[in-house]
Amino acid sequence: MSAQSATLKSKEELIEKWSKPEVITGSEMLLRSLLLEGVDCVFGYPGGAVLFIYDAMYGFSDFNHLLTRHEQGAIHAADGYARSTGKVGVCIATSGPGATNLVTGIATAYMDSVPLVVITGNVATSLIGTDAFQEADIVGITMPITKHSYLVRDVNDLPRVIHEAFHIANTGRKGPVLIDIPKDVSAAKALFQPAKEVHLRGYNPTVQPNRNQVDKMIRAIEEAERPILLVGGGAIYSGAHEELYEFVTKTQIPITTTLLGLGAFPTGHELHMGFPGMHGTWTANTAIQNADLLINIGARFDDRVTGKLSGFAPMAKIVHIDIDPAEIGKNVPTEIPIVGDVKAVLQVAVALAKRADKADVWRAQIQAWKASKPFKYADSETELKPQWVVSMIHETTKGEAIVTTDVGQHQMWAAQYYPFNQPRSLVTSGGLGTMGFGFPSAIGAQMGNPDRTVVSINGDGGMQMCAQELAVCAINNIPVKVAILNNQVLGMVRQWQELIYDNRYSHIDLAGSPDFVKLAEAYGVKGFRATNKEEARRAWEEALKHPGPAVVEFVVRKEENVFPMVPQGSTIDQMLMGDSE
Amino acid sequence: MNRKHTIAILVNDHPGVLQRVSGLFGRRGFNIESITVGASEEPGLSRMVIVAGGDDHTLEQIQKQLYKIIDVIKVIDVGSSPMVARELGLIKINAEPAARPEILGIVETFRASVVDIGANSMIVQAVGDSDKLDAMVELLKPYGIRELSRTGVTAMIRGGR
Repeated sequence: MSAQSATLKSKEELIEKWSKPEVITGSEMLLRSLLLEGVDCVFGYPGGAVLFIYDAMYGFSDFNHLLTRHEQGAIHAADGYARSTGKVGVCIATSGPGATNLVTGIATAYMDSVPLVVITGNVATSLIGTDAFQEADIVGITMPITKHSYLVRDVNDLPRVIHEAFHIANTGRKGPVLIDIPKDVSAAKALFQPAKEVHLRGYNPTVQPNRNQVDKMIRAIEEAERPILLVGGGAIYSGAHEELYEFVTKTQIPITTTLLGLGAFPTGHELHMGFPGMHGTWTANTAIQNADLLINIGARFDDRVTGKLSGFAPMAKIVHIDIDPAEIGKNVPTEIPIVGDVKAVLQVAVALAKRADKADVWRAQIQAWKASKPFKYADSETELKPQWVVSMIHETTKGEAIVTTDVGQHQMWAAQYYPFNQPRSLVTSGGLGTMGFGFPSAIGAQMGNPDRTVVSINGDGGMQMCAQELAVCAINNIPVKVAILNNQVLGMVRQWQELIYDNRYSHIDLAGSPDFVKLAEAYGVKGFRATNKEEARRAWEEALKHPGPAVVEFVVRKEENVFPMVPQGSTIDQMLMGDSE
Repeated sequence: MNRKHTIAILVNDHPGVLQRVSGLFGRRGFNIESITVGASEEPGLSRMVIVAGGDDHTLEQIQKQLYKIIDVIKVIDVGSSPMVARELGLIKINAEPAARPEILGIVETFRASVVDIGANSMIVQAVGDSDKLDAMVELLKPYGIRELSRTGVTAMIRGGR
């Protein structure tokens, strides 16, 4: 107790120290402003245009910076930190190539509505526009993939800009905000006055829903015979999982959660149908296609979810709850639009909602579908199956790990065979589908959740896109457990080339990849390899027990495909079932 | 159904705002026919008027996307109400002394004016809606148009709204 109040007191003292109005450099303002925003870890990489900023860090022990080995690693780490904690992720890079190396990470965060504040240096204001050394118009380059951006030309604007950036990034529909700081601005001195308020006339996200619209939804639920909920990442981002649970248990409406919505609702719950779409459950897809009422809660009708748009949910009245009005009606015509924060909307709705009484037959039907068509694969005693590996990882982590994935087959298997029950447990690039995201995002997730087990599931392709960050894990003893499902091939591309391009396997062979055990060891990370179930379990358990970072390479069957699969251009009930038939 | 839309956008007078707005139109597949930007009734805010072609669904999507730009304060679908829409055109035409009386006749009919006379050319200035300018340009073509510059449409809703 006394220890706790002691820390609280020191925290207050720190805030007082940081907010002290005095004449300091732009760089010091930046660091202090970040601390005042509650930032406890920044991921970054120095360079010429941010030398003043890094100089201000020197000997400033309040500020925690993690040096990655590539700017892309820094921003994916910041992203993993943000997705797993709900706080704003922050990264810093220098001008020119440093800034452009962030572009993929910015787009990744933008597509999945992840709050980031991205800080870049730029050449001095006098050099802007002259094609100076390491100059790039990063504000212009990233305009289509940022929620907002700033080029700070006056050091006096810095505190306000940083405060606004955090506000914009983490309210409304969240997203990345870029702050570009020319070198002379980070060097200039001015009186630091911390910004406390935000005045943005053009930015007022609608949080509270229109009550009439909620009433319409409640009436629609009462009348529906075949209602379903389609829940997306918005439910997690608004912290609405408790309200969602209440809403579902009260209305007894079957629920499907999208890839980014996994964890918003317990996967094992009898009303949960798994995730929908291209590699989703037979039950979720069939239910969508037969529903007479579809309530979309914080999802955006992405094409990987809807399949062929014109044949999507053909019988359903559509209700769409979203904080971003631009998402409503964008892809799917919507009868009942509800603009608002998911949590706020559900709080209103829970109080009004009743059990969907006309849906008993439907609920029974869904139970029958679930029982007859679960995810299935043909296990093998001679070869290691990736699905088995994911299930084993689930079992040995008791389903309580934070799992980050890369993109491709292993990502879908992780979604299929690691049932998530808690929000912010799955960190995955859904919208942009960014290879190279899986491993560095785990570093950020671990930094934000030092007491949780963080598992990063990768393929042998994506792992090689950001493998250099193993150094960061080793040096800082960040105990991420990296699983590499190594099928020696670009698996998802192989799958499409097999099924859609008549076995014409073009440039997918990853032979010549490094020995991942040696690669790990070269960085000082513990490495394991497994080629059968017994080795796999033993290696994985040892990796989990190991106090530091570990890499486990699982050599899995090359020809394994992800099923079910909805071929692009088909409606989502046109599923190839493969082994799971 | 594709038709012409006139949208007025009140924006912060900050660097890069024009780029944010015009970039959005391009990305979302909406072709800008004309764009005008200038001061508005409020210091610190500019008013853009954009004429663009597209279907109604796209227009609605564009309006919603525009509101997502932090520097956009207000979006008004001017074209959906009775409006006054005007543009200014400068037309430099061949005008040998012998042809001038005829040209002046056209200029007068359109309530346009001659703002420059050279040895064998004239600059005509016309203000009006786009149809009027189109018609006038059409009539002046036979004399030989050397240069044409149109400002693009600026517009306002009529009455007290």
